[in-house]
Amino acid sequence: MDSYNAPESTPSASSRPEDYFIGATPLQKRLESVRKQSSFIPTPPRRKIPQCSQLQEDVDPQKVAFLLHKQWTLYSLTPLYKFSYSNLKEYSRHLNAFIVAEKQKGLAVEVGEDFNIKVIFSTLLGMKGTQRDPEAFLVQGLILSPRLEYSGTILVDCNLCLLGSSDPSTLAFQVAGTTGACHHTRILSKSQLPSENREDKVLWTGWFCCIFGDSLLETVSEDFTCLPLFLANGAESNTAIIGTWFQKTFDCYFSPLAINAFNLSWMAAMWTACKMDHYVATTEFLWSVPCSPQSLDISFAIHPEDAKALWDSVHKTPGEVTQEEVDLFMDCLYSHFHRHFKIHLSATRLVRVSTSVASAHTDGKIKILCHKYLIGVLAYLTELAIFQIE
Amino acid sequence: MSVLRPLDKLPGLNTATILLVGTEDALLQQLADSMLKEDCASELKVHLAKSLPLPSSVNRPRIDLIVFVVNLHSKYSLQNTEESLRHVDASFFLGKVCFLATGAGRESHCSIHRHTVVKLAHTYQSPLLYCDLEAGLQWCNHGSLQTRAPGLK
Repeated sequence: MDSYNAPESTPSASSRPEDYFIGATPLQKRLESVRKQSSFIPTPPRRKIPQCSQLQEDVDPQKVAFLLHKQWTLYSLTPLYKFSYSNLKEYSRHLNAFIVAEKQKGLAVEVGEDFNIKVIFSTLLGMKGTQRDPEAFLVQGLILSPRLEYSGTILVDCNLCLLGSSDPSTLAFQVAGTTGACHHTRILSKSQLPSENREDKVLWTGWFCCIFGDSLLETVSEDFTCLPLFLANGAESNTAIIGTWFQKTFDCYFSPLAINAFNLSWMAAMWTACKMDHYVATTEFLWSVPCSPQSLDISFAIHPEDAKALWDSVHKTPGEVTQEEVDLFMDCLYSHFHRHFKIHLSATRLVRVSTSVASAHTDGKIKILCHKYLIGVLAYLTELAIFQIE
Repeated sequence: MSVLRPLDKLPGLNTATILLVGTEDALLQQLADSMLKEDCASELKVHLAKSLPLPSSVNRPRIDLIVFVVNLHSKYSLQNTEESLRHVDASFFLGKVCFLATGAGRESHCSIHRHTVVKLAHTYQSPLLYCDLEAGLQWCNHGSLQTRAPGLK
């Protein structure tokens, strides 16, 4: 999150090799200042208010509509090694096999209802900030509902397969029809029909994206694909299984992204600054007061137009948000609350921020409500993810 | 008249007085208790205050070191510290003031960025120490009024 300007010490003479640090990432700048033993006092960051114009180019609002109004858990992901967008079908099959194997692990012979989980990889077009950003892709786990006439036969065949094989990881490939009796292939060809008779319930969704990830893209080599932000919706156990597969296949690392109170207040300011035609939700803040025996929660709800009016009175530079403006905005809210209730909200911890654009919780949960500012919200989250990776 | 001056009073014989300024009483008390447990060559007195200026009615010895405790989890403690700094005489900052930042370990609870405190210590040319008063006290030698190293970790 520290997109700082150059350090206060004057730039070095042009003959030294440190010159290439001029365009360096924040981490490199910090390391450089440690080496020079100068004191690195960064100037406070300025960020752009999310503009709604960035999304319009090639994204159909219908296609990304399923991303809105869902609670996503955030993870940061290190770059993926040797990932290629053309092998998505193969990755689907491998992941399918892995999930089936994981679910069967340690279980006695049993026909589980998860046996017909299907995993689909697909790319999400247009979810990028600049042309350099890699394409976002989506992983969905669906439960296939088989047609009723065949369900009995499927069960019996699967049972036979289980007893016969000793290696669980090849199990799914056997069922997939490479070997086996002829009735196997018949069932599978039926299930590949277009899905008018079938309702696939989406069990789990996860998507990887990178918005304005220039600072990370510069530092990694060609073999790596940088998609630092991962959002997951669905059961935690499924997230863990799929995460393990990615970690094994692409040598990457997931870690949960927590949002601290400092970043939440930035989000509150940036999202209040967004111009909206109509407001769908009130602007609400939630603070947690650590007191014994149990913590107290303070919730402060503001009419969104009042919040916007307050922001407009604080805001000076058009198109940009500075640290002072964020602090002033939050201080106004704190002093207003103090005047009425004599409680210092600044001594408590901001836990949740929710506006008409999006809502975020400190545990790393986010819900995006407005498709116009989707890219803007994701850009800030990508920044946080990149900061965590570094 | 409410400004704290370093050379107001005569020094006590073989005594040192430390003033801890911070908003959280429990933390200050904990810090003071463990300071007093340490072995010290001279006699040590610890005063606790929520904020400056100190009430002038109390008769107190000369303050040798002021430690401003800033809790990174609450902006209120930072604002309190900034308010209190106004009541300290400029000559105190020649090595008799120290900043202590607590709570940096739990990054998810921080509402003040670390760099804000670093900048504060840099502006006042005083050392900044990070510690975690919740996990267990890490106390450095109270007699070290010598070097000024900005941004110690």
